[in-house]
Amino acid sequence: MMPLAIAASPILAFAPLVAAINWHSVFFLLFAVIACGFAIAVVAADNIVRMALYLVFSLGAVAGLFFLAGAEFVGAMQLMIYVGGTLVLLVFGVMLTAQTPFVAIKSSGGDRVLAGFVAAALFATLLLASLSVPAWRQPASGVVQAPTATPLGMALVGVRVDEAPAGSPKGGHSRRYLLPFEIISIHLLVVLVGAAYLARAKRRKTPRAIEVAASAEPPASVAAHAAHAKLGRSDRSSSVLTGGSE
Amino acid sequence: MTPLAAVMPLFGLITEPISVAHYLVVGAVLFTSGVACMALKRNALGVLMGIELVLNGANVNFVAFASPYLQSADGRSLGLDGDVIAVFVIVLAAAEAAVALAITLNFYNNHGTVDIDQADDLKG
Repeated sequence: MMPLAIAASPILAFAPLVAAINWHSVFFLLFAVIACGFAIAVVAADNIVRMALYLVFSLGAVAGLFFLAGAEFVGAMQLMIYVGGTLVLLVFGVMLTAQTPFVAIKSSGGDRVLAGFVAAALFATLLLASLSVPAWRQPASGVVQAPTATPLGMALVGVRVDEAPAGSPKGGHSRRYLLPFEIISIHLLVVLVGAAYLARAKRRKTPRAIEVAASAEPPASVAAHAAHAKLGRSDRSSSVLTGGSE
Repeated sequence: MTPLAAVMPLFGLITEPISVAHYLVVGAVLFTSGVACMALKRNALGVLMGIELVLNGANVNFVAFASPYLQSADGRSLGLDGDVIAVFVIVLAAAEAAVALAITLNFYNNHGTVDIDQADDLKG
């Protein structure tokens, strides 16, 4: 039957094949190939600017995978925080430090071979582990689920709306996330204050002080005595200051 | 029929519904790429990008185990826990990137390079 159909019309022969396509799997395959391909490209590239660009594509495709897995809130967070925030920060750092000798720092060949061996061994281990459990290879049987944004938001403020209430036999054991949410909020605040403190512009002390002292000297020779006295005083005070700081 | 049969194993990828194992393989690729990136890159920002890849590989696994579309919700699924952990991981990654970038910029200001092989001041 199949050869006959192929002989009659190739398009008709492909019609049942097209009908058999699971489009969820097709889009999963698309996003998975993009994510994995650009992740490998990040490793393979030497240019730091290109690495940042490949990372944008890879993380964006991972957001697509999150959407396909039904975690649209996590996918949106991935797009907004990662692709919109963290990577802008990274690209900012790349642009600030992209002097010509640092754009492409090459590793030695021995390091590459060693890292390749280690990565291959790690990947083989992870692949064996992820394919070894039969339950993980069985797809779900047609579950229709509501969007997760509302239950997630309610759980973050301490209310679970996605499960049975506490009185029923199956309910009452689920976690609430109000305390972790607060802890992570404080953590984020502390981290951002610390990052701003670390990255602030440093004041260079010694050359600036000399510069200020030199420019503060009055140029007129009439005030030379006063300036001399002031310089001596400032010298004394500065020596006292340095002595005190030491 | 022979070319079709040769293509058939690949065709099975797009006809059969996906499971958790598919996502785990993607997570394994991302994780391995990140580890290789961290080990191989000499640019400090490249190491940071490797860390981002590792965290994303872990996140893919969390979301896959939490997903009701990939696993029947009979107690094996992580449920909402996986999504919450994934969001927390994203936030922690943002915080880590901010601090690490500040450290990198400080290192660049002090040493004039971002090559982490030059960061050996603490070597005895």
